[in-house]
Amino acid sequence: MTATTTRKAPAPPAPARPAEARGDRGVAVVSHTVLAIWTVLIIVPLLWTLLSSFKTTSEIFASPFSLPKDWNFDNYVSAWTTAGIGRYFVNTVVVVGCALVIVMILGAMCAYVLARYRFFGNRFIYYLMLAGLTFPIFLAIVPLFFVLRNLGLLNTLPGLIIVYVAFALPFTVFFLHPFFRALPNEIGEAAEMDGCGEWRKFFQVMLPMARPGMAAVAIFNFLGLWNQFLLPVALNTKKDNYVLSQGMAEFASQAGYNVNFGRLFAAVVIMILPVAIVYILFQRQLQGSVTQGPMH
Amino acid sequence: MTDTAVKVPSSPPRRRGRRRITFDKASFMLVFLGLPLALFLGLVVWPILQAFWYSLTDWSGFSSTMNFVGLRNYRTLFTDDVFMKAVRNNVLLALVVPFVTIVLAFTLATMVTIGGSSRGAVRGLRNSDFYRIISFFPHVIPAIIIGLLWAQMFDPSSGLLNGVLTKVGLSGFDSYPWLGDTRTAMPVSMFVIVWGFVGFYMVLFIAAIKGIPAELYDAARIDGAGRLRMAFSVTIPMVRDTVQTAYIYIGIFALDAFVYMTALNPNGGPENSTLTMSQDLFNTAFAKGRFGLASAMGVVMALATLAFAALVFSVNWLTGGGRRARR
Repeated sequence: MTATTTRKAPAPPAPARPAEARGDRGVAVVSHTVLAIWTVLIIVPLLWTLLSSFKTTSEIFASPFSLPKDWNFDNYVSAWTTAGIGRYFVNTVVVVGCALVIVMILGAMCAYVLARYRFFGNRFIYYLMLAGLTFPIFLAIVPLFFVLRNLGLLNTLPGLIIVYVAFALPFTVFFLHPFFRALPNEIGEAAEMDGCGEWRKFFQVMLPMARPGMAAVAIFNFLGLWNQFLLPVALNTKKDNYVLSQGMAEFASQAGYNVNFGRLFAAVVIMILPVAIVYILFQRQLQGSVTQGPMH
Repeated sequence: MTDTAVKVPSSPPRRRGRRRITFDKASFMLVFLGLPLALFLGLVVWPILQAFWYSLTDWSGFSSTMNFVGLRNYRTLFTDDVFMKAVRNNVLLALVVPFVTIVLAFTLATMVTIGGSSRGAVRGLRNSDFYRIISFFPHVIPAIIIGLLWAQMFDPSSGLLNGVLTKVGLSGFDSYPWLGDTRTAMPVSMFVIVWGFVGFYMVLFIAAIKGIPAELYDAARIDGAGRLRMAFSVTIPMVRDTVQTAYIYIGIFALDAFVYMTALNPNGGPENSTLTMSQDLFNTAFAKGRFGLASAMGVVMALATLAFAALVFSVNWLTGGGRRARR
C-alpha cells in the first residue's frame, strides 16, 4: 500500500511518543482555527445580507456596518410585489414541481427497464444517456430554441417543463439504474406468480422498494432544477413566465439603474430562506444523499 | 428523432422467454422505454446533432437560407480576439478552480476526520459537525444568488469587504472596484465559485475518508506515521477515484461558469477579463442572431470538456491510479 506513494511526506508534526497529548492539542487547535475561519467566511456574507435587507438604500450607502434604523419589511413587500418576485416564485414552484414529478416517474420507468430487461440496444441506450450527461447544455441550446419554437412551446411554462424533464432525465436514469439492478429477482417472480402484470409489478412492487434511491435523486433534481439558469434565460424570455433565477438576474441588472439595493437584498433573502429552512430540517438526509450519489 | 427510437420497444424482454407478447407487455415497454427515450432523443440528442450541422453553416436563425460554409466558422473563431480571450479565461478557470476547491475541501475534510486524538483508534475532530453543516450550506443556495450576494460584498462603495478593509486602516481600498479592475476581477470571480463549491466536496471527501478501513490507519500509526504522513500515504491513495470524479465535475462547471460570471460581471468584466465561452456563445446567438457561429462555439466548448476529462483521466493513470486492484 505505502509502496505506491513515492512522495516524501514532510516531517510529522507529533514529535516523540510520550508527548502525543500535546501534539494532539496543537493539531486540534490548528484544525479548529482553520475550520472556524472557513465557517466565518460562509456565515458573515449571509448575515450581512440579512441585515442589509432591512436597510434603506441610503442607509446601505452610508455604512456597510450600521444597523437599520427601524426594522420593517418594506423591502420585502416591495420586492415581492413591485419587483415581481412573488409571481416568479409561483412560476418556479409550478415549473419545478411539475418537472420533478414527471422526471422522477419517467426516469424510474426508464431505469427500471434498462436495469432489469434484456433486449437489443439496451447497452446502447444506457451509454447514450451517459453521453447526454457529459455534453454541455450549451451545445444544444441554439437548436433547442428552434425545436421549441417549431413546437409552439417557446416562452411557455409547459415548454420549459418538458425541457427540464429531458435534461434531468439522463442523470435520473443513471443514478437509479443500480438501485433497480440490486432489487432481488424473487419478489418480482412472486408477484408474477400471483398474476401481477408488468405495470402493477412496477408500481406496486418494484418502485416502493427503490424508495431510498428515489428520495436521494429527487433531492438532487430539486436543487438542480430550482437553480437552473441557462435554460429559462434562453428559452423563456416572456417576462410574465420568468422563473426566480432569471427574475433575480434581471432584477439585479435593473437595480444598477434604479439603485434600490435594500429591495435587492430582500429579494436575495427571499430566495435563500426557503432553502435554508429545508436544509436545516433535512440536512442529514441531504448530506447522506451526497454520499449515496454516483459521485464515487 | 425516429431513427433509433423505433427499433427498441418492438423486441420483447428475453428474460421471460417463454411468454408471448401480450398487450400488457407491449404497452409497458412502449410507455416505460418509449416515452422517456422520445423526450431524451427529441430534446437532447437531436439538438446536439443539429448543433454540429449548424456549426458548418452561416445560418442567422430567422432567415430561411442556410449555406454550407465548411469550417469557416471555426476559422473565424480562432482569429477572433474576443473568443480567444474567452477560451483563455476558461482554461484558467479549469486549471485553478478544481485544484483550489479540491485542495481546500480535502484539507478541511482531513481535519474533520483524522484531526482528533491520536490515542486509541483514529477519530475525528470533536464538535466538528457544526463546521460540516455550515460549510455545506452554499451548495443549496442557487448559484445566481451566490453571485449576486458576492457582487454586493465586493461593491466598491457599499460592500462589506471595502468597509472592513478601510476600517482596519487600509484606506487605499476605499471604493476599490474589485470586480471592475482587470487585475482582480478574475481572481475574485474564482474565489466566489470556490466558495460555492467547497462545502459539497468537503462532505463528499469526509464520506470517502470514513469509508477507508480503520486498520489501514492503525497500521500506519504503528509504523510511526504522523497525521500528515497518513493523509499523504493512506488517505490520498484511497480516495483517488473520488478526487478524479470531483476534478471532472468541477472542471465541467468551470468550463461553463455561465451563472456565476453573469451574476458578477454580466458583460464579461473589464476588458473581457472574465468573459467565458458560454457568455460569448449566448450573446452571439441570442443578441447577435449568428446561430451558425454560436453553434461552432458550442462545439468548441464540448470538445474542451471532453479534452479536460481525458486529461484528468490520463494524469490519474500516469501517476499510478487505476492500476491498483480494488480492495
